[in-house]
Amino acid sequence: MTTASTAPVLPVPARHSGGCPFGPPPAYAEAAATGPVTRAELPDGDLCWLVTGFAEVRTVLSDRRFSADIRHPAFPLLIAGARELITDNPDFLRLDDPEHARQRRMLTGEFLVKRVEALRPEIQRIVDGALDRMTAGRTTADLVTDFALPVPSLVICLLLGVPYEDHDRFQSLSRTMLSQESTVEQLREAQEGVLDYLRDLTARKREQPEDDVLSRLAARDDLTPDEAAAMGVLLLVAGHETTASMIALSTALLLEHPEQIPGLADPATLPGAVEELLRLLTIVHTGLPRVALEDVELGGVTVRAGEGVMAMLSTANRDEAVFGGAGHRATDELDLDRDARRHLAFGFGVHQCLGQPLARAELQIALETLFRRLPGLRLAGERGFRTESFIYGMRSLPVTW
Amino acid sequence: MQVSVDRDRCCSSGMCVMNAPAVFEQDDRDSLVMLRQTDVLPEQFDDVILASELCPGRAITVTGDEPARTGA
Ligand code: SF4
Repeated sequence: MTTASTAPVLPVPARHSGGCPFGPPPAYAEAAATGPVTRAELPDGDLCWLVTGFAEVRTVLSDRRFSADIRHPAFPLLIAGARELITDNPDFLRLDDPEHARQRRMLTGEFLVKRVEALRPEIQRIVDGALDRMTAGRTTADLVTDFALPVPSLVICLLLGVPYEDHDRFQSLSRTMLSQESTVEQLREAQEGVLDYLRDLTARKREQPEDDVLSRLAARDDLTPDEAAAMGVLLLVAGHETTASMIALSTALLLEHPEQIPGLADPATLPGAVEELLRLLTIVHTGLPRVALEDVELGGVTVRAGEGVMAMLSTANRDEAVFGGAGHRATDELDLDRDARRHLAFGFGVHQCLGQPLARAELQIALETLFRRLPGLRLAGERGFRTESFIYGMRSLPVTW
Repeated sequence: MQVSVDRDRCCSSGMCVMNAPAVFEQDDRDSLVMLRQTDVLPEQFDDVILASELCPGRAITVTGDEPARTGA
């Protein structure tokens, strides 16, 4: 066991240059090939550990010796200078238990599997409506702006009780918040803008409650108005950017593998197909940040207390030992018949995505409906990838049918 | 084979309900895991083992005989 690694120091986040446009930056795969835990350099010059192996990523995300508390002075940050933006009131994604569990439990009832299952007809209606508008009198569209983004936006707005008319405003703010290219000043403005928006909205919901998540949060006396607003921001941003990316990337990838599209048509194989898309596309390419609270032996190195780690979901999800196997394609290729259920696309441990039942339902319904209603769907121009975003995705996907 | 759950560790991901709906459910009052049964039938072994492996809170424990075909 050594701490002095001779492995190359990799910049984090690595930019996408070359390689497959559907995969993470090639630098991460190269790091994974040298070992499950390697050295990396953060934009502000600090070193951290890049954790790329499947088992090691699961350990980091589920072992309480690794903290998700962004207020820790050594918490690894992906934007230089962003430490000054950290408030005393981070959203619960960036807190440890028991505070994290206290806040998370206020929301878990909203995303129960049976509750989401009951929403399926409503999601189907939203998907059909978006496709009706996309195809009305037209034979070409941008699948991102006409379908991939409106569907999850409409769903999350409905659940939270956010007026959909405001989507231009909060979508552009959340883009800035998720961009690796934003300056600290731009981040501050966007963060305050979207928080202000949610503060106003929750204040209104407190006065005039409706049957939605924000009204229920606003009505709680064990949650401060700032905490309720921070929770609203998290749900709103996480609820539409992520699923929108998955719908757009999945569609673009399937158009390159038309022989696999029939896998979506059968209700018996559709859920497994969506798990494979989640595994392969793993849209959080930059990894999940944590800081070690104690010395931990991990993948042949000693991570010292106070050192930052980045848990790389994308490389873990391409581990041949876990997802490979006779009769299947290599793990960096799409294979809708693969058993991909062990994937870490939603993270692992107590912070694992709260909205995953909803994301799965949306993806299953959106992709099945899209290819059923438009069997002749094909690419009609240059695709644009959202390489600068912490949530990898697409900026445009021109299609015709 | 028996299955038990530690509700203090459950983070309500719902993974267990998705993978073994006959055995696990989510409590309406607190969203935490509940067992529909504690004895696992042979045809449920695979689903329950998968659910325990995928549980992000590591809240599910399987004890007793493993499926015969794994030789355990
Ligand atoms: S999989 Fe684990 S954490 Fe998730 S609901 Fe079931 S018991 Fe709870």
